[in-house]
Amino acid sequence: MDGMTMAEWLDDFLFTYETLIHALGVHGLLALSMYCVMAVGQLSLGQAAFMGIGAYTGALLTLNLGLPFWLVLPLSALAPAVVALVIGGPTLRLSGVYLAISTIALGEVLRVLYINAEWLTGGALGLSGIPRKADLWLIYLLLFLAVLGFWAVGRSKIGRAMEAMREDEAVAGVMGVNLPVYKMGALVVSAMLAGLAGCLTAHSNSFIGPNEFGFEMAVTILSFALLGGIGTPIAPVIGALVLTSLPEILRPLQDFRLVINGLIIVVAVLFLPRGVIPFRLRRAP
Amino acid sequence: MTTLLSASRLTKQFTGLLAVNEVDVEVSAGSVHGIIGPNGAGKTTLFNLISGLLPLTSGTLTLDGRDVTSAPPYQRTRLGVARTFQNIRMFSDMTVVENVMTGMHTRLKSSGVASLLRLPGFRREERAARDKAMELLAFVSLADKARVRSGDLSYGDQRRLEIARALAGDPRLLLLDEPAAGMNPTETRDLGTLLRQVAKRDITLLLVEHNMGFVMDLCDRITVLNFGRKIAEGGPREVRDNPAVIEAYLGTKVAARLAKAHGA
Ligand SMILES: Nc1ncnc2c1ncn2[C@@H]1O[C@H](COP(=O)(O)OP(=O)(O)OP(=O)(O)O)[C@@H](O)[C@H]1O
Ligand SMILES: [Mg+2]
Repeated sequence: MDGMTMAEWLDDFLFTYETLIHALGVHGLLALSMYCVMAVGQLSLGQAAFMGIGAYTGALLTLNLGLPFWLVLPLSALAPAVVALVIGGPTLRLSGVYLAISTIALGEVLRVLYINAEWLTGGALGLSGIPRKADLWLIYLLLFLAVLGFWAVGRSKIGRAMEAMREDEAVAGVMGVNLPVYKMGALVVSAMLAGLAGCLTAHSNSFIGPNEFGFEMAVTILSFALLGGIGTPIAPVIGALVLTSLPEILRPLQDFRLVINGLIIVVAVLFLPRGVIPFRLRRAP
Repeated sequence: MTTLLSASRLTKQFTGLLAVNEVDVEVSAGSVHGIIGPNGAGKTTLFNLISGLLPLTSGTLTLDGRDVTSAPPYQRTRLGVARTFQNIRMFSDMTVVENVMTGMHTRLKSSGVASLLRLPGFRREERAARDKAMELLAFVSLADKARVRSGDLSYGDQRRLEIARALAGDPRLLLLDEPAAGMNPTETRDLGTLLRQVAKRDITLLLVEHNMGFVMDLCDRITVLNFGRKIAEGGPREVRDNPAVIEAYLGTKVAARLAKAHGA
């Protein structure tokens, strides 16, 4: 650091690691979107698909319509929320497996759609030249607000109802929890967060392609929450930080990233059923 | 006396088994009503139908004159039905006081936005809820364990926690599925005292219990089930002397011998 001022050093650091630092923040948001569904005892493998909808919506609104970013961002959250409503309607009433399966299907259907609707989505080449409007501070501000929001709501009757649902759904119903509304609410909020993350990705990478939001990404997002745990909203974010920076730290093992992710999931499920951050939020004043 | 809960021709069929078979029950407001019967008679299934945990095959169910036959559990809770479980089902990771506060779900009015912004109204309501939960815990003698993880409580404590959690929703009808199971005689006596106090709070009790002394002592009226059918109903004395009831519990031979001995 000799000869450099602190500000210069920070600039240098941010420049070198910009992509990683952006990814860390976005993945934190994705981990929270996973948390939101798992917190009511459901399993979705559609977070990557919701992210993709947000990414394509955002990119297209910016590229084709030239809408201002402050408008693009909420619209990118809204689009996957609508899809979540449509998917959740028939599946949430059935057992939990149906949500998992139908969200996997959603991801595949969308991938094929992105590839074939070439006139709109750029097909297999994807969309490029998206202006870089998502800066670091915006990403981390949103992440901070999301954690804070989950923490606040978690310490209310809503948080208690959600924990009750994941411990014993039937009994939660007997306590007076409107189960369909809670499940749908969680899925919609999670889709909005994933959509935000997608939009931020599109506007920080300046490129998106159809294969970025498939099954592999869905499992990666799931592994954030499995590794971190879901006892507190910060836990899955830490899971995301670890899993996102690990490949960077273990550069030589880059090729084995998927293997390592898979191993971490297996180890987490077998030995750390509550994740590496096993604490739970207190829900009484 | 007015009828609080009225079940008419209530039926639940599991594949090949009529667990509850055309049962009529009327529970009067303010009464303590017992449901007894041998193992597998359909008592728990009847509770599951009343609380909405299981959909019924046929029959109707009204609560205070309102048809709740196909209402989901949360609506029945809102209307004042609460219950405990034979095989204790608390939220075991939560603390004791959190469990009780979860039971208040339908009575807390603050919106999600209010809790997100931690508005003064929300904080006031949460504090009041906590205070009420502490009162209920004191009522069931668990005040000193408020911050304990519920799963770490002793068996008897868990049973009383379930009662406190059920009371937290301000019910009008409380269903208790074998509340004395696994309790020693002292705990059972204390439970009887507790339930009498609950009844004094204008809460109607519907009680399943195998401990006959306990039931006879506490109940105004008793319904007897056997193989899913109602075989007798009446006051404690009436039911105890009913030959069909004795037969259900002791088997035909013993009942016949008893009848002979009485006749002789
Ligand atoms: N979900 C279910 N599926 C199939 N059969 C069931 C189910 N629940 C209960 N049964 C059967 O219905 C019958 C009545 O069971 P229930 O639990 O209501 O009896 P009970 O009177 O509560 O008995 P106990 O005194 O042992 O608690 C039993 O034969 C039981 O095996
Ligand atoms: Mg039973």
